[in-house]
Amino acid sequence: MSADLVAVTMPRWGLTMTEGKVVGWLKAEGDAVEAGDELLEIETSKITSVSEATASGVLRRIVAKDGMTLPVGALLAVIGPAEAEVDAFIGGFEVIAAEEEAEDTGPVLREIEAGGQRIRVAEAGEGGVPVVLIHGFGADLGSWMFNQPVLAQKRRVIALDLPGHGASGKELGGADDAALSGVVVAVLAELGVSRAHLVGHSLGGGIAAAVAIRHPGLAASLTLIAPVGLGAEINVGFIDGFLRAQRRKEVAEVLTLLVRDPELIGRSMVEDVLRFKRLDNVGEALAAIAAAWFADGRQTVALGEAISGLGIPVQVIWGAHDRIIPAAQAETLRGQATVNVLGLSGHVPHMEQSGEVNRLIERFIGLPG
Amino acid sequence: MQMSHERLKKAYRDMVTIRLFEERVQVEFTKGAIPGFVHLYAGQEASAVGVCLDLRPEDNIASTHRGHGHCIAKGCDINGMMAELFGRSTGLCGGKGGSMHIADMNVGMLGANGIVGGGPPLVVGAALTAKTLGTDNVAVCFTGDGGSNQGTTFEAMNMAVVLKVPAIFIFENNGYGEATGHSYAAGNTDIAGRAGGFGLPAVTVDGDNFFAVHAAASEAIARARAGGGPSVIEVSTVRFFGHHSGDAQLYRGKDEVARLREERDCLKVFRKSVTEAALLSADELNAIDAEVAQAVEDAVEAARAAPLPVAGDLLTDVYGTY
Amino acid sequence: MALKTTRQAINEALAMEMRRDKRVVVIGEDVSGGAGTDGSRDAYGGVLGVTRGLLGEFGDSRVIDTPITESAIMGAAAGAAATGLRPVAELMFCDFLGVCFDQLLNQAAKFRYMFGGKVKTPLVVRTMIGAGRGAAAQHSQSLYQMFTAVPGLKVVVPSNAYDAKGLLIEAIRDDDPVIFCEHKLVYDLKSEVPDEAYRIPFGEANIVRDGEDVTIVALSRMVHFSAEAADVLAKEGIDCEIIDPRTTSPLDADTIAESVERTGRLVIVDESTPRCGVAGDIAAIIGERCFRDLKAPIRRVTAPHTPVPFSPVLEKLYIPDALRIAEAVRQTVAYAR
Repeated sequence: MSADLVAVTMPRWGLTMTEGKVVGWLKAEGDAVEAGDELLEIETSKITSVSEATASGVLRRIVAKDGMTLPVGALLAVIGPAEAEVDAFIGGFEVIAAEEEAEDTGPVLREIEAGGQRIRVAEAGEGGVPVVLIHGFGADLGSWMFNQPVLAQKRRVIALDLPGHGASGKELGGADDAALSGVVVAVLAELGVSRAHLVGHSLGGGIAAAVAIRHPGLAASLTLIAPVGLGAEINVGFIDGFLRAQRRKEVAEVLTLLVRDPELIGRSMVEDVLRFKRLDNVGEALAAIAAAWFADGRQTVALGEAISGLGIPVQVIWGAHDRIIPAAQAETLRGQATVNVLGLSGHVPHMEQSGEVNRLIERFIGLPG
Repeated sequence: MQMSHERLKKAYRDMVTIRLFEERVQVEFTKGAIPGFVHLYAGQEASAVGVCLDLRPEDNIASTHRGHGHCIAKGCDINGMMAELFGRSTGLCGGKGGSMHIADMNVGMLGANGIVGGGPPLVVGAALTAKTLGTDNVAVCFTGDGGSNQGTTFEAMNMAVVLKVPAIFIFENNGYGEATGHSYAAGNTDIAGRAGGFGLPAVTVDGDNFFAVHAAASEAIARARAGGGPSVIEVSTVRFFGHHSGDAQLYRGKDEVARLREERDCLKVFRKSVTEAALLSADELNAIDAEVAQAVEDAVEAARAAPLPVAGDLLTDVYGTY
Repeated sequence: MALKTTRQAINEALAMEMRRDKRVVVIGEDVSGGAGTDGSRDAYGGVLGVTRGLLGEFGDSRVIDTPITESAIMGAAAGAAATGLRPVAELMFCDFLGVCFDQLLNQAAKFRYMFGGKVKTPLVVRTMIGAGRGAAAQHSQSLYQMFTAVPGLKVVVPSNAYDAKGLLIEAIRDDDPVIFCEHKLVYDLKSEVPDEAYRIPFGEANIVRDGEDVTIVALSRMVHFSAEAADVLAKEGIDCEIIDPRTTSPLDADTIAESVERTGRLVIVDESTPRCGVAGDIAAIIGERCFRDLKAPIRRVTAPHTPVPFSPVLEKLYIPDALRIAEAVRQTVAYAR
């Protein structure tokens, strides 16, 4: 078996994925591939996304044909030098059981008390100045499923469920920027983190900015993905629709607003949102947050000016096809921040173009991709 | 007979209201103004009114197919009742219930009931609500001699005793279950005696005598309110009309009804006793008669003029949400 | 999130709702057990232990043991519901419907309508369904079709622990009478169940599995057999979509119809008997709505038109299983006009 050959396996995205379906290959057998190249599209019941090559070489053999559904860890293809013996490699490949793999590399979940609230955190990786991932309105730490495992290969990465979200307590101490950023600060204190690279998406971007503004010195850098706080405009139809949606169809409809390609949204992502929204007190928590941040159909928390004056590195990542918050709002920080507008994304580029977003984050915080 | 002047007048007014209401319903039904069929309560007024006089709006009663009297005694509005009988949308049940299903939870009327023996288990439940929530409300079930033979009634009495709930079972024994005599239908015609076997106080009272009914009911209600558990009262009474309006009553003796109207009319008995004891004057009673006659007339006029339900009403009120 | 059995999930839902609302009471035969004996209270906690422990927390004024008296239990629960409690009554086996149907059919179900919308009846009747435990003809039926046929009743038939908890909480908070059908052989099945309270709306089917070739609609325990069948069929290249309606009244016909519009094929799996049942009802609805989409006749996989037999040999034949489901799907897929 050649040591130079590298197995391409079914990735594990998120906490609950057990299998995936090969939608189609973006490279053909015999093609030269570079690490980071998009190799194939994989559909899970939750989401459809692209899996990237983790090594460079020739795509020697595609084992998993289009349409096949395979467990996490299953062999999909082999990459390696043109001359290496592939058959023996395939014959000798052993699938690592998904559970074992999860134990080895998956984020560790736990609940902590912070700022008087029960907060769920997911930790992965070690060392360096930690990266802290703050999700958006109505989401949870699972929305970093394409990012946390990758970023955690090089350093400690902490994701958390905001109050009222995910598995955190559903009673809010407060819903505004002061209250929610206060909870994040309390979480970091509880975890012994005194300095971190903050990455926030949408509402989480606003909260990350608020942390940086209110607690100088805590943020080493700020990565804002389609953040709130830079303009007044927001798709109130999404916010209201998300608040109102109780049935699968309603949820599916509002979730498609998040992405450029509605096909990306799978049934179990809809189901996860439904399961979240069915919990007691979630409706009240989300309504309170919406009232504090998006009253009267527009954004009411303005952070742009304060962000400009932070004096720390700030980057903004936005999907060109964002239908929730217009990408044009990124321009308000041009000159003060690195601005990246991704052409193939809607409101969730960290899921839609995760590889690109991961590279932008890693480059920005000073680690080569 | 220690009862205030006002309460005496109320008792009489309620009894007369039932009588005149029922007699007028008979007329309107015969004319074809009232659809379906109706079971009239005339003759039994002292039972409904004697039992309900001490009840409060928060106390619940359940009734039978012969339920107009119970509704009136418990405080249902006769305009709403008449409109219901006429099948109008202004009826107490919007015209969806009719004679056998008049209910008004605002006055504790948990429903007339088309199923003989349907009510007793429900009343155990209403009494359980009172006990569980710690109110001193009571719940009263009216049943007939016919209902006294239903298994549901036995089960209800037993469970009321087991759970020690403030339930009172009234058996209005008018001698007939539809067209069959009680003496045939019951293995033991002593309803109270049989009920007593379930382990609760049970008495029989003369249903022609409002005061006798009231005294027994008063005692049972007070016991129930004080946490003393359920009771049974068998009221020996008479029915002036057939099982239903239009019933040829071939099963009744010759002149039986005329004799009963003469000898066992609880209104006459009441009038006689209160005037002889100088508790109410004939003038006062006559004034009530006139007032009630006018009110019944008004109820009929209003019902006739009231709007019918619209097609959309067919599909509403099946569920709260669906 | 913790894995919990359906039994635990139901018990948890009851306890949480009883804590939240003092009007919620549990009433039935041996819901705790041991009353009037020299032995211990809570001896049963329900005949299969579903309500165990509630007595200790809530006491006998809210966990109410009754005589064996189904009419009085159902009637008392209906009367209590109409007057201010939110009772969860237990009809130990749905077969016992025979001795108390009036109180549901003519009383609880009809209050709201016949009283002109002025009475609400927030009643839940928990009842056990299902063959497979050798309990024979009078303790093994799945009579949800009889409840489903009654306007005014809502009928819930959960297949798993997650659904059971969310649907029971919804049932308790609902203002209409709800019949909650618990399958004896689903009690020990586990799924991930949040510790928090949550509500699953009625009339929203769960899509258990996505597929393109054939739609399988299944209820309660049959969902699991259908999933087994779908695993086998997947290896044969037949891609099954499985829909669990969760409630038969209201019924989420839209989700079924939308699936059949895609797959063009429908197999309905129902442990109940075949005549005038839920499977026939769904077949009729889809026949009306999706006639042009259908590529093959709708097939029903049900118990036979017999009582539930006792002998395990016969009982096994009685209950639809994965083999029968798979065969029905194969025939449906193979059908050529």
